Amino acid sequence: MKIHEYQAKKLLREFGVAILDSIACFSINEAVDAARKLSGSTWVVKAQIHAGGRGKGGGVKVAKSLNEVKQYAGEILGMALVTHQTDERGQIVRRLLIEQGADIQKEFYIGMLVDRSSQRVCLMASSEGGVNIEEVAAKTPEKICKVFIDPIEGLTSKKIDDIVRKIDISQSGASEVQILLQNLYKLFDSTDALLIEINPLILTTDNHVLALDAKINFDDNALFRHADIEALRDYDEEDPMEIEASKHDLSYVPLDGNIGCLVNGAGLAMATMDIIKLYGGNPANFLDVGGSSTSEKVTEAFKLMLRNTKLRAILVNIFGGIMKCDVIARGVVAAVREVKLTIPLVVRLEGTNADLGKKILAESGMKIISVRNMGDAAQHAVTAAAKGE
Amino acid sequence: MAILINQSTRVMTQGITGKTGQFHTRMCVDYSNGKICFVAGVNPKKPGEKIDHIPIYATVKEAKQATGATVSVIYVPPPFAADAIDEAVDAELDLVICITEGIPVRDMLRTRYKMQEHKTLLIGPNCPGIITPDEIKIGIMPGYIHRKGRVGVVSRSGTLTYEAVAQLMEQGLGQSTCIGIGGDPINGLKHLDVMKLFNEDNETDAVLMVGEIGGSDEEECAYWIKNNMTKPVVGFIAGVTAPQGKRMGHAGAIISGGKGTAQEKLAVMEECGIKVTRNPAEMGKLLKSVLR
Repeated sequence: MKIHEYQAKKLLREFGVAILDSIACFSINEAVDAARKLSGSTWVVKAQIHAGGRGKGGGVKVAKSLNEVKQYAGEILGMALVTHQTDERGQIVRRLLIEQGADIQKEFYIGMLVDRSSQRVCLMASSEGGVNIEEVAAKTPEKICKVFIDPIEGLTSKKIDDIVRKIDISQSGASEVQILLQNLYKLFDSTDALLIEINPLILTTDNHVLALDAKINFDDNALFRHADIEALRDYDEEDPMEIEASKHDLSYVPLDGNIGCLVNGAGLAMATMDIIKLYGGNPANFLDVGGSSTSEKVTEAFKLMLRNTKLRAILVNIFGGIMKCDVIARGVVAAVREVKLTIPLVVRLEGTNADLGKKILAESGMKIISVRNMGDAAQHAVTAAAKGE
Repeated sequence: MAILINQSTRVMTQGITGKTGQFHTRMCVDYSNGKICFVAGVNPKKPGEKIDHIPIYATVKEAKQATGATVSVIYVPPPFAADAIDEAVDAELDLVICITEGIPVRDMLRTRYKMQEHKTLLIGPNCPGIITPDEIKIGIMPGYIHRKGRVGVVSRSGTLTYEAVAQLMEQGLGQSTCIGIGGDPINGLKHLDVMKLFNEDNETDAVLMVGEIGGSDEEECAYWIKNNMTKPVVGFIAGVTAPQGKRMGHAGAIISGGKGTAQEKLAVMEECGIKVTRNPAEMGKLLKSVLR
């Protein structure tokens, strides 16, 4: 789960990580009031969306007067902000963060994430802050220093010393970074974070260390023990279809194509998308109905998929194991009746009770293209979709 | 003897009294030598009781002492599953298979860290389990689709593994052992560990390796295969069409920061001399084509 910068900063402050004063706002008036409340003569108006690269997209502006705060807040609120992490339509900005200006001496990068190969949390630091860290990693990987944290002993002062020594920061800055890293790891560990990025971490002209930006992702599987964090979820930032899917315990990811896929199991669902593409078609979605589906769940999955008006064909690919094909077949028949399906439907049933499932499809009297293997299924779906365009 | 498990393996079920644990233990008991192989269940609140004919013990240690079981399968719900693995590891079992999906990453990081000092191997979590056909099945896969044979199968998913097995069967090829190593980012045995075991196994002639987007397990395995594997390996990677930054059902199936793409994995595998197919309907055919 992702959260906004302003929410992340509130957590940072709770855990003793230094940040600038800032106020989250939902309207232009609130933004001006916020700037008034914050001391100083410079403010930064920052779009709050769940994507990086906001500055380049025009979502972060420095205001030198209250009038400018008003102007920029007006420009940014409601804009469709396009960054390298959004799609081409961009993400509508509904929230702003008004932050004090800062006098920056130097910018650094700090990242913490779960490293799969070493099965440790990896702490990364770089003297190349404020820029796209993926580019730094690609061009000058030696400028990113890493230490790996043992989950039981935690982030030791020796490891912190190691990494701070490598990022070329002044003496006074170094001691503040040490405390900051300690607190950051406490935050990471106690909230079940999967990723924390501070980019940039800044050294101010008066030699203090501050987190100027913050990104935190949390482990969905651990939200059951963090009601406070789950409450930060912003549904406006998520795809409405994905939200609807998760309500029915379905896993759905929208794609650009016109062939809807309904599959049991994540690996088989991806493979189904892949084979559609391989045969010259385009999948419209990833949809995994899971291993223990019911007829009702299949019906819900159908309805969800059909909200996409671009669909020209549907491919149902089921390998029944514990989940029986006759159950799926009943769900499919019920769904086709309920939604009055008008586009071609290809169903491939294999595994437990496959023959019974096929009998149910055949006896339904509906126009269902029933096939035995995955290759045929993809071929039929691609041909049908091409005819429908 | 195939790998990791055979008909002389003795198994306990942690979480045997839950609906899932009970159902799948029954299915496993009904498969081949299951009646002899599944000897114990664990539930701290119900020692002395029985599920069907299987006695329940309060702890893994007691179950091991009383029955000689050295393997455990876990169906415990996600908040408690890592503790269940820890208990099996502390009891020095040989192998633990964790079926549970949805265990927090932090719990798995701690569990894997603690496992370093123990001999116990872990399959999963979030996996279908392991089967040595016509001998024993430990997990949730449909047993009847398999037949004993000489092809090893290792995969990160469930139904895609069944698909692979069905394709092998269509080619008349049985399996020595099939392992689903699971779809989580922090897991036990990886492709590489399983590949080493298949390489050593005199009942395995060739290996079908099925991977998916996310992480770099498949690449690490491919590099090892290049220099060490004495048997033919073929592969398929799911997720060529998966978008960047989106979790595709499995917690571990995600392309992050441009890393872990199917294209990258396929390229490394090919570079290492592994025959791959981009067509998931042709895994079985491809495997047949490399048999000597």
